[in-house]
Amino acid sequence: MAVLLIAEHNNKELRPFTLNAATAASQIDSDVHAVIIGQNSADAAKQLSELPLVKKVLSIEGAHYENFTAENFAPVIVKLAENYSHIVCSANTFGKNLMPRIAAHLDTSQVSDIIKVISPDTFLRPIYAGNAFATIKSNDAKKCVTIRPTSFDPCESTGGSAPIEKVDASEEFSSTKFIKREEIKSDRPELGTARIVVSGGRGMQSGDNFKLITEIADKLGAAIGASRAAVDAGYISNDHQVGQTGKVVVPDLYIAVGISGAIQHLAGMKESKVIVAINKDGEAPIFSVADYGLEADLFEALPQFMEELNKLNTIQK
Amino acid sequence: MKILVAVKRVIDYNVQIRVKEDGTGVVTDNVKMSTNPPDDNAIEEAVKIKEAGKATEVVAVTVGEEKAQETVRKALAVGADRGIHVKVDGILEPLAVSKILQKIVDKEKPDLVFMGKQAIDDDCNQTGQMLSALLNWPQATFASKIDVKDNKLEVTREIDEGLETIEINVPAIVTCDLRLNEPRYASLPNIMKAKKKPIEEIAASDLGVDVSPRLEQLKVEEPPKRKAGIKVANVAELVQKLKNEAKVI
Repeated sequence: MAVLLIAEHNNKELRPFTLNAATAASQIDSDVHAVIIGQNSADAAKQLSELPLVKKVLSIEGAHYENFTAENFAPVIVKLAENYSHIVCSANTFGKNLMPRIAAHLDTSQVSDIIKVISPDTFLRPIYAGNAFATIKSNDAKKCVTIRPTSFDPCESTGGSAPIEKVDASEEFSSTKFIKREEIKSDRPELGTARIVVSGGRGMQSGDNFKLITEIADKLGAAIGASRAAVDAGYISNDHQVGQTGKVVVPDLYIAVGISGAIQHLAGMKESKVIVAINKDGEAPIFSVADYGLEADLFEALPQFMEELNKLNTIQK
Repeated sequence: MKILVAVKRVIDYNVQIRVKEDGTGVVTDNVKMSTNPPDDNAIEEAVKIKEAGKATEVVAVTVGEEKAQETVRKALAVGADRGIHVKVDGILEPLAVSKILQKIVDKEKPDLVFMGKQAIDDDCNQTGQMLSALLNWPQATFASKIDVKDNKLEVTREIDEGLETIEINVPAIVTCDLRLNEPRYASLPNIMKAKKKPIEEIAASDLGVDVSPRLEQLKVEEPPKRKAGIKVANVAELVQKLKNEAKVI
């Protein structure tokens, strides 16, 4: 039986992690079908049909799907599930919210946040904030799996031409009403997919001081991250949080500034290719994962860092 | 309004996890255990709602072995009125826990069920959503703000893109983010008082729920270790290394 991928999108276009989830789905079984549920989402459905990995697109439209409410999404996916061996989507806030609702309806024990497909029924997943890796075999007939997007490469996004099949909507779940979404718009790359991330922690001391980080991020074409301490202190909004309960990032370069390196923060960034730590406390745990550590006062180091960057002839983007 | 809050006993968030040499799990002997951190936020929120006169009773429930009762006792010490301990040996999957909680909901008939959004041991992030599916109730996951309005809740949810606000009808499930509130500490007099509050013990086997595992944990291993890095003397050296050695800028 084929694998059903749940596409994540904003009704206009696919969200990037759909491509990573498609890669993971294809490692379970090459016969990948993708379902897209939304309102006026034809463009996104077409984009989905162009992924060479996707063999068939199921499109479900309805006004009550416009805001991706799990209570509305779960019943239609449960209905489709009888034709599939696996249901797959990203383990970001979209998939985390939705998949367990599907799994419970199917009486399936979900496998969350996998980082590797070992075989169609066996997966590797981090536990304890990534301090241990567990190999899990699912004995359920139908498997519900969420994948850690940064552990799978995005698939090709053009060249395919899968057929798009319309599927009937299900009834609206009337006890949940969407009110609003406050998205922070930014010209910077998305935190989850950025090549470079510059993150600030409690050591930044104020929201204003984050401009030292912003400046460098702009120079490097980087996304801005933060530790939970910095978000809790109100220096920066929650969508920047990196860590066990925030986002997991795997950039080529992660620069941690004024971040001590609690286990919960390391869980979100320690797979980064190159890690830089700037901290005035030489004993801070962040140095234990850093490739390059600089023991310095960040209020002196960051302006110097900017100066040094300005001296470079070229900067990779 | 009656609020049921589910709490879980986990290895304390400050403990450095050690993997057992035989690959069967992580070391839990002589390791400090505590309430799962966002479950503390769930209790705090329920108690605050009661203190604001919008709830009449807060009931704390845990599913677990003998010692899991400590988490219920702690909830009672910070303001929960009574406790329920569903006793079970071994580790249950979130699906099994949600089936047990469904039975407790059938019995207690709460208007709201709160719990943490994720347990920091298995990091599954499933139980609240599963319970709400089994009950066919609305769910507000990853809540960072809750407004109680008559028979509705307005909940602000933390999502990857920012914040989302939804309105859900009671009865409902809310899973709590760490930013929802600042959990209080139990005072000594309240800890003493909590010892007199009732905790009902229920054997999981008496609930008629199939809790048999569906997943097999074949192996638990240490993640690959990072190679130790170097300390650089100054910013100029750092930028030079990033440019010419790591070649990332």
